[in-house]
Amino acid sequence: MLVNKKKTPIPEQDPKERIKNFDEVALGYDSELALKEAERCLQCKDAPCIKGCPVNINIPEFIRLIKEKKFDLAIKKIKEADNLPATTGRVCPQETQCEALCTLKKIGEPVAIGRLERFVADLELQKGFDIPKIKRKNDKRIAVVGSGPAGLTCAGDLARMGFEVHIFEAFHEPGGVLIYGIPEFRLPKKIVKAEVEYIKSLGVKIFTNVVIGRTYTVDELLKEYDAVFIGTGAGTPQFLNIPGENLIGIYSANEFLTRVNLMKAYKFPEYDTPIKIGKIVGVIGGGNVAMDAARTVLRLGAEEVHILYRRTEEEMPARYEEIIHAKEEGIIFDLLVSPIRFIGDEKGKVKAIELQRMTLGEPDSSGRRRPIPIPESNYIFPLDMVIVAIGTVPNPLIARTTKDLAFTKHGTIVIDEKTGKTTKDRVFAGGDIVTGSATVISAMGAGKISARSIELLLNHNL
Amino acid sequence: MYKIFKKIELAPEVKLIEVYAPLIAQKAKPGQFVILRVSEKGERIPLTIADTNLFKGSITIVFQEVGKTTKLLGKLKEGENIIDLVGPLGNPSEIENFGTIIGVGGGVGIAALYPILKALKEKGNYVISILGARSKNYLIFRNEIERISDELYLATDDGSLGYKGFVSDVLKNILDLGKKISRIWAVGPTIMMKVISELTKPYGIKTIVSLNPIMVDGTGMCGGCRVTIGNKTMFTCVDGPEFDGHLVNFDELLLRLKTYKEEEQLALKLLEEGEEFKIASK
Repeated sequence: MLVNKKKTPIPEQDPKERIKNFDEVALGYDSELALKEAERCLQCKDAPCIKGCPVNINIPEFIRLIKEKKFDLAIKKIKEADNLPATTGRVCPQETQCEALCTLKKIGEPVAIGRLERFVADLELQKGFDIPKIKRKNDKRIAVVGSGPAGLTCAGDLARMGFEVHIFEAFHEPGGVLIYGIPEFRLPKKIVKAEVEYIKSLGVKIFTNVVIGRTYTVDELLKEYDAVFIGTGAGTPQFLNIPGENLIGIYSANEFLTRVNLMKAYKFPEYDTPIKIGKIVGVIGGGNVAMDAARTVLRLGAEEVHILYRRTEEEMPARYEEIIHAKEEGIIFDLLVSPIRFIGDEKGKVKAIELQRMTLGEPDSSGRRRPIPIPESNYIFPLDMVIVAIGTVPNPLIARTTKDLAFTKHGTIVIDEKTGKTTKDRVFAGGDIVTGSATVISAMGAGKISARSIELLLNHNL
Repeated sequence: MYKIFKKIELAPEVKLIEVYAPLIAQKAKPGQFVILRVSEKGERIPLTIADTNLFKGSITIVFQEVGKTTKLLGKLKEGENIIDLVGPLGNPSEIENFGTIIGVGGGVGIAALYPILKALKEKGNYVISILGARSKNYLIFRNEIERISDELYLATDDGSLGYKGFVSDVLKNILDLGKKISRIWAVGPTIMMKVISELTKPYGIKTIVSLNPIMVDGTGMCGGCRVTIGNKTMFTCVDGPEFDGHLVNFDELLLRLKTYKEEEQLALKLLEEGEEFKIASK
């Protein structure tokens, strides 16, 4: 049998059109394209792809079901392992996970596992999802802190196991980074809302506007609940700590994206939260968040958007697909430059940035080549808006208010990776609060591990 | 949903509401604030907690109607709801028996100063209060503050009540008497807190101010509320809202507060036009 060496392309909005709207870029497979792509799967007995999946979806099996046009069984199969398939089908870095291990890679491109996952997940959302019948098997109660990917996954799994689960969310809307961080054109909010509804349909209760560390402490939760899972993410933005950083027009990517995604500032004045968009915008950083911010600000009317990154494209942590999308849309990449200071006008608004040119040296501890400053290469680059997207660190609130919980010097919670157990009795943690900023799916994997450990502890005293 | 129990107009465009929020009421300490939203399309804004009532499970918020959100909040009637309310946020004030302390309150900031002075009084401090407002009918919380003060001084810009002039003038007169003052709290408009901090610096008296920058989440996630304290950038929501006034870069804060001036004016204009339209179409 002859296998097509290339993935079946996914229809996308034309770059010239899509930079004028917030609609999704990738439009998704229809059943014809999905069947065509599913045909490429070799159904390998040893299923190397599953080993690349942080939540261990039975990938060959769900693809086999697609081949047989049993789409509703395919999504059921995925949901045995993944509570948020419409989300992971869109935002997982499949190229470094399941697809990286696909046998087809030996002769060409891997099976488009993510696109197939998204296809069946979207189909189910259109039809309305099946709610699995769950019986409360016990009277144990669990508190989950944070409603991002780790918290939703942990809560969903525990609910299926028969526990009563309450999620506490600081914002007025659940979803965590899926709601405030990832833009509409990459992950539509109606998809996130539908996935949250699914988790609620499993019996999980979500309490918004509750800040753990302020409204309640973890110690107080332990009095009311049998176990606590902390999935509060890495929400505190890092800044460069260079002169002029507090000038008007300089945003953290978190603030910029939260204003636009959660607060809908792009619809001001219909929505009350404002945002100030510059003409020439510098986005500092080279990760997915930098790409998201750059592409968002372009859609909001910026004339010129520059990614300012101190290494080269090869070292960028962003997904390849995101870099391509950004370039197609006209984002300009200024590489091997490092910010020195910001320059403001008399009203305190940013009007320029001083940059220094860099060159690459030997690899550093991250394995990427280290940027080295070139002396006397500084230059002034005029701009009127800056978005700082150089990473986030864990929020300090829980660390400051919880006794006996061990943290690393980076502010992440210390856990046993196999179980998600923290140093504090009956407290588990997972996701970015443990790893520092990472991916949606790794946070979900961590949520699953803790759910299993909580079940073992509460039902079997293990 | 958070129900409004009680609503009082304290002064022109200054309102007090008591809101049912038992969790926040149990936890709130002097100096802390809440963030609220009044509608589905609304902005999140921070407001200081002026008082709590454990028996009723309520918190008291005092606000001035300056922008669209506070105007909409001011329109809510008793029995109606605020859709989102989160807190208590920020660090509580440091309350100890310092000896003699001075509280300086300006405008609507007087309500925010009240729980701090009340707690300081309960700890045994000798409390000197200086309150200021534009004119007599803008001076709020006078009786409440009077009850917990050992000395009370009033100042109005137009002289309609108390000293004619600024609270800073009154403070200077007291400081020049040479009595030992252990600490000063200044809560009010940013410009007032700046003037007070500059005034007290040469006297070497630690002066605490409560900052009110633009915020979004209030939990340390956005950095919109960053301020320069000494040489360090800090987030008002998680590191404050109270800081040592002698270390605050007020000029930067005053500029940053103007970031959305045009948008705020536009939102207000549209709100008012919308209302005129409603009235006209009746």
